[in-house]
Amino acid sequence: MTGTHVNCGYVPLVDSAPLIIARELRFAADEGINLNLLRQPSWSALRDLLALGHLDAAHILSPMPVAMSLGLGGFPAKIDALMVLSVNGNVIGVSSRVAKRMRDAGWNGAFDDPCAVSHALLSTADGPLRVGVPFPFSMHRLLFEYWLKADPLCRDDSYQIVTTPPPLMAETVGAGELDVFCVGEPWGSVAVDAGVAELILPGVAIWGFAPEKVLGVRRDWADGEEDTCRALMRAVYRAAAWLDKPDNQVLATEILARSEHLDLPDHAIYHAISGEIVTRPNGAPVETAHFLKFHQNAANFPWRSQAGWIAQQIGLPDGADIATAEACFRSDLYRQHLGPIGVDMPGASAKVEGAMRYPTAVASTKGHMILGPDGFFDGAIFDFDVDQR
Amino acid sequence: MAKKIKIVVVEPDRDRACEIIDALSEGGWGDATVLAETTSLARRLSEIDPDLVLIDLAHPSRDMLEQLSLASDARGRPVAMFVDQSDDEMTKAAIAAGLSAYVVDGLQKARIKPVLETAIARFQMMSQMRSELDAAKQALEDRKTIDRAKGLLMRARSVNEDEAYNLLRKTAMDQGRKVIDVAQSLVTAAELLG
Repeated sequence: MTGTHVNCGYVPLVDSAPLIIARELRFAADEGINLNLLRQPSWSALRDLLALGHLDAAHILSPMPVAMSLGLGGFPAKIDALMVLSVNGNVIGVSSRVAKRMRDAGWNGAFDDPCAVSHALLSTADGPLRVGVPFPFSMHRLLFEYWLKADPLCRDDSYQIVTTPPPLMAETVGAGELDVFCVGEPWGSVAVDAGVAELILPGVAIWGFAPEKVLGVRRDWADGEEDTCRALMRAVYRAAAWLDKPDNQVLATEILARSEHLDLPDHAIYHAISGEIVTRPNGAPVETAHFLKFHQNAANFPWRSQAGWIAQQIGLPDGADIATAEACFRSDLYRQHLGPIGVDMPGASAKVEGAMRYPTAVASTKGHMILGPDGFFDGAIFDFDVDQR
Repeated sequence: MAKKIKIVVVEPDRDRACEIIDALSEGGWGDATVLAETTSLARRLSEIDPDLVLIDLAHPSRDMLEQLSLASDARGRPVAMFVDQSDDEMTKAAIAAGLSAYVVDGLQKARIKPVLETAIARFQMMSQMRSELDAAKQALEDRKTIDRAKGLLMRARSVNEDEAYNLLRKTAMDQGRKVIDVAQSLVTAAELLG
């Protein structure tokens, strides 16, 4: 096989799909790269291999490049996000025991009411809730804490975070070690299928447009291997565009399920791809708008303001940290490498996060593009240009 | 002698765990506990309160350890991973051997280094043995597939075993593929066609 070899790490989740499609449908080969996908067992393993140069690129959690660039956890390393691979796609669930308690207290099982569900969860708790999330620096944790802390009943000791690898989430809930969890698909559905949990809220109900996974590379690689970097971004961009076409959903599910890279059952994948989520054992699917986006509404654009929000939520609200974080979401490279193939670009590289309650047309290089909705459940807006500079 | 180092080895495979414990005991580090159960890892670790945790790089529960080392204060207490973040050589050696180590409480570098060196050496030996074992298994699997493909050809084309193998080899050469890949395609096709 000819082509430049690119070693790309990933964790087997539905949202690694753009990389798998880029390889399987030969978007990568068309760009002259041989995309070698290397499955990793944990986020920390993936991070270390990327930081030490064993991997050229990786499917990483959106807070990881921010945390690494700010020297939090593991090796401090200059890791950049070239583009966003997926927006949204997480679910929050509770153990069957907690679900029963919530129902007894009057919760009606609705999957779209953040305030009612946090109240039901906290008012029935009989001690600190043990909350499973995949990684300390994950959108799962940031969204969960943002949501729960907004409830007036939430105190410092209302919950404790327990990092739990996604494939072990259902088992850990089943063993009675967790009360609540926030995880990416298919692992929420797997816990429901196993009869040990109910889903109470999709991530999209907390933040309408949360960057979930990004394509991460070392900054020196992005600068030093410019041609390969450009080819990789174009291949992944085309794969993401293909994935988000409704007509391709069934085929995409088949390819992902058959692919040696994912090793998950069809039905577990289809929930996330279609946005039809089964929230309790033997329940009917609940249609969830914007559940997971790979491409629409400029989903792949790495907004500087998204990195700013992440830094602030990690607990680094001062201007210098926000600026460092924003610099690792490489909207400049996105424009430089994808502009020439006709990708529509927004006028600005930062937006006011949370300002769009509805899909909104904004000025772009080709006239206009539709962004959002990107609202937060509590109506908050984050304008880092005004707040921080 | 200074205070003993309390070590936890996270390893579900009993034989591998024993290997590591033996190596550590030989080196004089007898206070080592094995944790095989992963669903209650965080709780068990806080009970044991070790100074050093060793874990297979390929173990998904590694992410749990990240949180423990971050637990107190994200900024004030950076994760002491492997020996020391600045010791690149040691870190690379550990990663190449497939090992991660977490220093839970600020241990001095000089005291951890020999423990890790022992563990790295043992990990290297084990992963080499494992890859040799995998290779042997794969070779056996491949031979079975090639035998089946030969059998299919012998029946379909009425040729003998040598001729069947030569046919496989020639096809593989013509197509720039491996014999095993051609054999696999043939077996798959035969299964599909019933």
